[in-house]
Amino acid sequence: MKHPLFRFLARRLAVSVLLAVGVTLITFTLTNLVPGDPAAANLGQQALGNPAIVKQFREQNGLDKPLPVQYVTYLGHLVQGDLGESQQSHRPVDADLAEFVPATFELAGAALVLSLVVGVAFGVIAALRRDRLVDQFLRVTSLAGVSVPTFWLALLAFYFVFYRLRLAPGSGRLAPTMTPPPHVTGLYTVDAAMAGQWDVFAGAVGHLALPALVLAAYTIGLLTRFTRSAVLEVLGQDYVRAARAKGLPGRVVLLQYVLRAALVPIITVAGLAFGSLLSGTVLVESIFAWPGIGQYAYKSATNLDLPAVMGVGLVVGAIYVVVNLIVDVLYGVIDPRVRSTT
Amino acid sequence: MIRRLPEAWRRPLAVTGLVVTAAWLIVVVAAPLLAPYDPLAQKFPRLRPPGGEHWFGTDDLGRDVLSRVLYGARLSIPLTLLLVALSVVIGGLLGACAGYFGRWVDETIMRVADLVFAFPTVILAMAVAASLGASLRNAVLAVLVVSWPAYARVTRGLVLGLRTREFVLSGRLLGFSVWRSLRTDVVPNVAGPVLVLATLDIGTQLLLLSGLSFLGLGAKPPTAEWGAMVASATQVFDKWWVGVFPGLAILTVVLAFNFLGDTLRDALDPRTARAIKERAL
Amino acid sequence: MTILAIEGLTVELGGRPIIRGVDLALESGNVHGLAGESGSGKTMTGLAVLGLLPHGARTGGTISLGGTDLLSLSPKEMNRRRGSEIGMVFQDQSTSLHPMLSAGRQLTDHMRHHLGLDRRRARERAVELLGKVRIPDPEGAFDRYPHQFSGGMRQRIAIAIALACEPRVLIADEPTTALDVTVQAGILRLLRDLCDDLGLAVLLVTHDLGVMSAVADVISVMRDGRLVETGPRARVMRDPADPYTRELLDALPDRSTP
Repeated sequence: MKHPLFRFLARRLAVSVLLAVGVTLITFTLTNLVPGDPAAANLGQQALGNPAIVKQFREQNGLDKPLPVQYVTYLGHLVQGDLGESQQSHRPVDADLAEFVPATFELAGAALVLSLVVGVAFGVIAALRRDRLVDQFLRVTSLAGVSVPTFWLALLAFYFVFYRLRLAPGSGRLAPTMTPPPHVTGLYTVDAAMAGQWDVFAGAVGHLALPALVLAAYTIGLLTRFTRSAVLEVLGQDYVRAARAKGLPGRVVLLQYVLRAALVPIITVAGLAFGSLLSGTVLVESIFAWPGIGQYAYKSATNLDLPAVMGVGLVVGAIYVVVNLIVDVLYGVIDPRVRSTT
Repeated sequence: MIRRLPEAWRRPLAVTGLVVTAAWLIVVVAAPLLAPYDPLAQKFPRLRPPGGEHWFGTDDLGRDVLSRVLYGARLSIPLTLLLVALSVVIGGLLGACAGYFGRWVDETIMRVADLVFAFPTVILAMAVAASLGASLRNAVLAVLVVSWPAYARVTRGLVLGLRTREFVLSGRLLGFSVWRSLRTDVVPNVAGPVLVLATLDIGTQLLLLSGLSFLGLGAKPPTAEWGAMVASATQVFDKWWVGVFPGLAILTVVLAFNFLGDTLRDALDPRTARAIKERAL
Repeated sequence: MTILAIEGLTVELGGRPIIRGVDLALESGNVHGLAGESGSGKTMTGLAVLGLLPHGARTGGTISLGGTDLLSLSPKEMNRRRGSEIGMVFQDQSTSLHPMLSAGRQLTDHMRHHLGLDRRRARERAVELLGKVRIPDPEGAFDRYPHQFSGGMRQRIAIAIALACEPRVLIADEPTTALDVTVQAGILRLLRDLCDDLGLAVLLVTHDLGVMSAVADVISVMRDGRLVETGPRARVMRDPADPYTRELLDALPDRSTP
């Protein structure tokens, strides 16, 4: 049976593949077309003075071939998971990333859940109490959330909450005295819960809370603002009045009629929010010594370790493409019109 | 739009935005007069907490934090304004071309815009800045790379909507050139929404630019730049004043421009506001 | 038998009087037409009966349904009567149904709430109702979404929803205005038949006296928040007592037979 949902999914998947190819094109372009000479970046001053070494380096890395050929070679390497070698760790970039991605995923995921819960709740409250004091307060709060520099908030939180008030257990993913749970997903909270190690679970959650909250400040503000305007728009719709005329309890009207319709714009923003959370990890992880790709990217960027930076770019681009696909699929699940028109 | 401005601008949020923005603009102009010391002079005792001599304390190299914060405004605010102006011009032109000419011009420009949107901004800007090499100029270029598509999308959408409207069509029937109809019919109608987007974007781009500097990909060390100042504070995080004040400066500037942008958006008619919201995504 | 009696109804919105004293009596098995231009307060009268006036509206007078004054009920008690004792059909069928919920879901959720039916019983009743409003293939229609129906079919579904809990009063606010002329007649005939079969009291709010003349038993005409005329259809159409009613009638394009 050719269900419309399948056709819809196939279309979205095709778009995602195109997008993924585009992502590789960008990282390739960045590594190759920019004025920075890879030979200069990779060889020491001394070696640069010797044309033979430079030439050998170029031949070794295929830099003497035409660009389209280089791109195909690059893609070939990518498909095999070969992202080059980090000049910092002297390890393959893909091995580095495999180690750091779960930590970032856990952090960004926790922040996303936090932003969705808090942001949507705030937005709904603001919309229902439109122009009242609560709404004004939430408006300023959410604006502050999207205006605060994440890296500064991280520093403040670290200083006040951890250093002065000692309310947070400290930096890293776990206290040094604790052994990480057996590796299944790489997410400490999930792995600990699965292994039934509840002390480890509590420790992991404790370490996660502060950086996740800092990271979520921006997206909470973003989601509050969008949820408010989405809910306000839906509240004025005829079908909400019709639902009230049916005598349904206010709670049912809000949850099943208003929120369902408001969910479409909210999901769009949540997808974007995940992107900004991934961005934010670069600025937050280094301060909380969170061993994720954000900190890795930070160190790589400050040391101009290009293969590592591009590796992070690729991974994040890929994650983002997947997130967009998920968002598109969710549209289809929520809105029957999307299923049948595309 | 103009008629509705006065009411919207009397609200507390708008007034705060205007006052804070004005205050910072004064600092930009008059920093040398306002700053008590040379922002680069390393002649004071190190890491002195805020007090009578140094209102904001001194940093790890014995420089006056207040003077550095004030001089930082001189660097960041004009640079961000320039950055936004460039994004508007570049993105606006590309978007207008895409919308006006359609076909392959449209396809090419918008697919590239989609690609840029496929990356989270900080990561892409960081990658661009890193491959261009760390300098303030390259950081500006990197922010430009990620910021133009939003304007291209908005402008394209608005131009597409306008292209088929009567007054544009009649202009073409009268034999006016493409450029003339762009200038007299299209640009004035696109200006309002783009202005709102640009105002809200000032904050975003300042955050991005100072974020790159925080990562060490922007302004070089001795320069008084807010993001770089926060970065240096991470080395001495227990001396809170070193990092708190430059960050507070970023926050107040961004917040003020966001207040202004919000007010502008409320002052515009709701349909345009919705168009902005949808297209800016 | 009078089932719904509106007496001396006034509505103020933001200090401005919208309705300045309206008396109406709706009888079971009768269609009571309420005519008037937009802004005359006729829609507000319908919304007042349901207690769905905009925020900050102040009301006076009484609206009594089977002896209870609706205006003096607590919000909770009013909510229990909405949908179950009074149903409402809105003007624009393209916006009055939730686009993301199936027809069946929108037909059954208040049934389950008001009547306490289980899922299976609610479905049976919904399918039966869809048949009653003459939707082809009621079983299939149950699982379909609003955008998969034509405008006329959507309005039939909206009517089925309004009638699902067997209300005694149905308020129809311009139910045919957004529809094609050919479809209008079908909806009006349906309303008339339902009114007769179920013994409903229908308040038909419309600006269109043509629509009115087709189905109404009694016609009231509103202007500037006041009733200018009430009477049996034939009398009002043939021999209007108020000059304003005459004006409205003269504006009708085709008045060969009243």
